Amino acid sequence: MKTVKQILFYLLVVVIIVQAVFPFYYAIVTSFKSGTSLFQVNYWPTQFRFDNYVSVLTSGSFMRNVLNSLIVATTVVLISLFLAVTAAYALSRIPFRGRGLLLMTILSVSMFPQIAVLAGLFEMIRAAGLYNTLFALIFSYMIFTLPFTVWVLTTFMRDLPVEIEEAAIVDGASPWVIITRVFLPLLWPALVTTGLLAFIAAWNEFLFALTFVSNNDTRTVPVAIALLSGATEFEVPWGNIMAASVIVTVPLVVLVLIFQRKIVSGLTAGSVKG
Amino acid sequence: MAGPVSPHSELGRQRILAAWWFLAPMLVVLAAAAGWPLLKTIYFSFTDATLNNLSGAQWVGILNYYEWLDYGDGTGEAFGLLADEQWWAAVYNTVRFTLISVTLETLFGLVIALVLNAEFKGRGLVRAAVLVPWAIPTIVSAKMWAWMMHDQFGILNDMFLRLGLISAPIAWTASPDTAMVAVLIVDVWKTTPFMALLILAGLQLVPGDIYEAAKIDGVHPVKVFFKITLPLIRPAILVAVIFRALDAMRVFDLIYVLTPNNDRTRTMSVFAQENLFQFDKFAYGSAASTLLFVVIALMVILTIKLGRMDLEGNG
Repeated sequence: MKTVKQILFYLLVVVIIVQAVFPFYYAIVTSFKSGTSLFQVNYWPTQFRFDNYVSVLTSGSFMRNVLNSLIVATTVVLISLFLAVTAAYALSRIPFRGRGLLLMTILSVSMFPQIAVLAGLFEMIRAAGLYNTLFALIFSYMIFTLPFTVWVLTTFMRDLPVEIEEAAIVDGASPWVIITRVFLPLLWPALVTTGLLAFIAAWNEFLFALTFVSNNDTRTVPVAIALLSGATEFEVPWGNIMAASVIVTVPLVVLVLIFQRKIVSGLTAGSVKG
Repeated sequence: MAGPVSPHSELGRQRILAAWWFLAPMLVVLAAAAGWPLLKTIYFSFTDATLNNLSGAQWVGILNYYEWLDYGDGTGEAFGLLADEQWWAAVYNTVRFTLISVTLETLFGLVIALVLNAEFKGRGLVRAAVLVPWAIPTIVSAKMWAWMMHDQFGILNDMFLRLGLISAPIAWTASPDTAMVAVLIVDVWKTTPFMALLILAGLQLVPGDIYEAAKIDGVHPVKVFFKITLPLIRPAILVAVIFRALDAMRVFDLIYVLTPNNDRTRTMSVFAQENLFQFDKFAYGSAASTLLFVVIALMVILTIKLGRMDLEGNG
């Protein structure tokens, strides 16, 4: 009986692993196929050719798109972390009237439907002459990265003991000095986690990137992949799409697997602790 | 948290002043990126704005939401969003998508969380594997699955044909009957990990000695699960469900890429985006965005009221 149970349990484990990994595995297998073999269903790798990769990387502006995504995501992370650290210090360590209401507002913004600000942002961005620029994306991505980073860093800083601050206050240190000298060194783990999650969110964003940029050279990766088309309207370049997908996903998967413990704690801090 | 300094002392007042200075940049950016555009969207929904005439938009009242055109002979016709069948179809699609996807994700997430909470060899491997769908961008997952669901060369049809589950290949994403199923499959695959991790965090807070006690008393494991585990992790599940539901209500990327122009999967967000930027009905699309915002705002307010979230941090 016990062995039967164990076999069933491990069967479940295998099912979980296979369903989770199979689509990505199949994309990798497909991306190394070329020509007509692309259209034969194979469960195991049959070919190992780089044709699709060469074609994606040399034709069109895919490299440029990857660079755009990197620029946007990195800038968004840096700006939102900077703004969030100071805000989180104020929200977590200094009691003032209206703090609860403020936190609630910030939390509500993180649940905003992006579509609700799309029309207004579009008008703003066009009026400011930012249409078709990466600035438009960096600016608009603050909507979802900022509330999230503020929220997570606030919950993190709230849990730090009062004592660490006391000595600095007694010594007459200003709040700015307290943030940079006392809290920043303690915050590194939380910064890495929230930064990584914000990076992933910005890297994956689609709706704003689709709306505020219409130029091939300014597009980010998700839009570029979504719009990747073949020579004719009816010919979908599946090999290229799979190669591009693998290129943008492998670094992400590697990052996530390296930082998995931190990400899990960051994700749960962002919601469960609320 | 009381803070190390009394708010009524001179130092306390200085600190409060500093707090507002520290908050100011973040608040300004949020107001500019979220607050103002939201007000603008709501404003546009009461105008006749078009893509190429945003600045010259004229106020038209609630015309985009509802308008009764009286033909003078006792008959008439209703126009506007609230009388638009396509809009209500989008509302129906969104609600259906949210209910089914969140239910399935909760069930599967619970199963995976329970597995991850057990002690066994290879647990780290399972956790790593489960994180893979979460790490893959939505657009990429949509494309990967679109290829697997391809009507002629897709591996899913091949698999199902071999297993005898279907007798002829299915056009998963194109056929009206299966388009929603296709979307649900991809969404459940992609977001179950998130659910599982949140529920797992709840499970790990359950003290181990409860299980020990139940074991000694000879309580059946199924009973332990329903009588002890489930009530204890209910708050964690509830939070996860609410987060997921709010996310599902605004779904866009997946549907836009996997099943474009499909009446059976068009959700409120997709409806709004199409009207805003494809059909040149900017004001009408703004009205749809505004309605979706109102629905989600009500859900958020309800959540915060019900959840009695501890926002002041007074443990």
